Amino acid sequence: MSVLTEKTDVSLKYTAHFNEAREKLFANSSEILNSKRNKAFQNFVLQGIPTRKNENYKYTNLHSAFANEYTFVHEKQKTEADIAEIFRCNVPDLNTQLTLLYNGWFYDKNNLAGKLPEGVILESLEKATSKYADIIDQHYAALADTSADAMVALNTAYAKDGYFLYIPKNVAIEKPIQIVNLLKSDTDTFSTQRNLVIVEEGAEVQLILCDHTLDSNRYINNLVTEVFVGENAKLDYYTIQNQHNKAVSVNSVFVRQQANSTFISHTVSLHGGLIRNNLKVTIDGENAQANLFGMAFLDRKQHIDNFTKVEHAKPHCQSNQVYKYVLDNQSTGAFSGQIHVARDAQKTNAFQRNNNLLLTDSATMQTKPQLIIDADDVKCSHGATVGQIDEQALFYLRARGIPEDKARLMMMNAFAHEVVQEIKVEALRERIDELIEKRLNGEVARCHECEYNCEC
Amino acid sequence: MLTIKNLYVSVEGQEILKGINLEIKPGEIHAIMGPNGSGKSTLANVLAGRHEYEVTAGEITYNGEDLFEKSPEDRAREGIFLSFQYPVEIPGVPMVNFLKTAVNEHRKHRGEKELTAGEFLKLMREKMDMVDLHPQLTNRSVNEGFSGGEKKKNEIFQMALLEPKLAILDETDSGLDIDALKTVAHGVNALKSPETSTIVVTHYQRLLDYIVPDYVHILYNGKIVKTAGKELAFELEEKGYDWIKKENEK
Repeated sequence: MSVLTEKTDVSLKYTAHFNEAREKLFANSSEILNSKRNKAFQNFVLQGIPTRKNENYKYTNLHSAFANEYTFVHEKQKTEADIAEIFRCNVPDLNTQLTLLYNGWFYDKNNLAGKLPEGVILESLEKATSKYADIIDQHYAALADTSADAMVALNTAYAKDGYFLYIPKNVAIEKPIQIVNLLKSDTDTFSTQRNLVIVEEGAEVQLILCDHTLDSNRYINNLVTEVFVGENAKLDYYTIQNQHNKAVSVNSVFVRQQANSTFISHTVSLHGGLIRNNLKVTIDGENAQANLFGMAFLDRKQHIDNFTKVEHAKPHCQSNQVYKYVLDNQSTGAFSGQIHVARDAQKTNAFQRNNNLLLTDSATMQTKPQLIIDADDVKCSHGATVGQIDEQALFYLRARGIPEDKARLMMMNAFAHEVVQEIKVEALRERIDELIEKRLNGEVARCHECEYNCEC
Repeated sequence: MLTIKNLYVSVEGQEILKGINLEIKPGEIHAIMGPNGSGKSTLANVLAGRHEYEVTAGEITYNGEDLFEKSPEDRAREGIFLSFQYPVEIPGVPMVNFLKTAVNEHRKHRGEKELTAGEFLKLMREKMDMVDLHPQLTNRSVNEGFSGGEKKKNEIFQMALLEPKLAILDETDSGLDIDALKTVAHGVNALKSPETSTIVVTHYQRLLDYIVPDYVHILYNGKIVKTAGKELAFELEEKGYDWIKKENEK
């Protein structure tokens, strides 16, 4: 009884907050965003913060994190200092167009003028809704269904800003665009970020998204990103998650692909207290390809859950998913991957694999690969393994004079290597390799310079 | 160099070696022959330090020190080299990284400066010629996709890089055609010096045509039942192992 009350209370807190903050939420926001708020809120009330009884959140308990008290960021905050000075991404040779977001809001001092090809738009979603109302109206909330996931509903109810990226027809951007989400506050903070990415027909772009915490406060970051990949377009979508142990990240990405397009995602979870990644890709045109790669490194009591769904709606398409986890100490991991091949999606090739390496007896992994096939002429496979380091291979390395700890590290690196080598941006690949090595070595794998010496 | 006294070893509760005594001096080549299941590979693996093998009695000293006190990596760095009967494939660990790390761990142990990438590649090319290993194989992961013969050559190649004092060749001849066998034997002989010793574990006499032993020991049912010179190998080739079995079952 008391447990039930507590659970209901957690959801009630967020519904009560919506009512209290209603005025702030609707103020200074566009009609487009506001028009979805009430419906989304109703859907949130109907669903509540997901419990483990919800099949989709069976392996991730959000309740204890959501029960804490947080300050919400419903208005743009004034930053006392130039955060670009505080934060420096120090990846050598990573020549990118760098853009910062601050507690979910597009940073004022981002200066992209003249740095992007003509017609390319990268700016605050809030500002873009008035400037590019037509295009945003067509796409906003078109993929992220608020009745299917309470966290998406909560995001849509609270959404005020994030980034808007638009790549016009046939424009190929050479330099990767890097967007860094920074969390920094005086108190425990709940941040909501809503993003929209449109890659028009024949356009090409590499997008690198980095999540960081800059102090040791508690954070919940609830992100929703909708991604549209047009005909013949190509999008490489890298997510690098490097937050501290008290940070919770619920990151939902919805992708719709048109014919002959390519979508490649890499989700690299280096560090974080609790990370839940929802990635839904709908392949909505023929001869399109989707590759989803993921790596997760966990220790202590960290929890990482990747929940993927690839919807093959049209024939002659390919998808491939490879997710690999390395789990140490008492960490817990989960992977649920679903492939659905619709009735008419003949000649589909869809593959999925999840391999996990447990370094201790107390680490646990839950894996649930699923195939639902309604067509009859398809090639599909899925599989999962949970294992320990191959003792025979370890002995082989040691028998050549390599110390045990180094040999273990070589084996763990080897395990992750299959996924790392798929990273196409060379400087990023090298840095990820290095960070993984540090991470597995037990060092703090920080990939940025931060003037705060917190224990994050 | 190596002294084995009254060695008893069990694997998963089953006694495999039942009182082995063996003395190996610098410069000697010892062949250990015997039928399947006699304990040959167990002996080789115990020397390298495999932990699945439980030593229940006896002692082994290597250069005057208790071998059981040493980890597999320490044994390797102090000069013991096991050429594996079944070299393991390790996907994702590049050959070059593996070899360079192994060589530099040996050098560090000896108090020598580590080799730079350039220096190492030079050394690698030099040694590779010796065993006729295709240079492209070093671009792969450790043993990944190697043929049976290539795996065995790769073992001898590693031996050439690490220059052990005591090399243990565990059925290095199995799965090799005659040309590969000659190449491997040539490599082993080229690495031989008056200070280094070799233990050749084999079923067949044919490898011993090329690597000529000073002593041949017959291992049967966990014990050395016969020791003689190289002529014993010919006798075995002629008569098979049955007479050994009969003699020891009486």
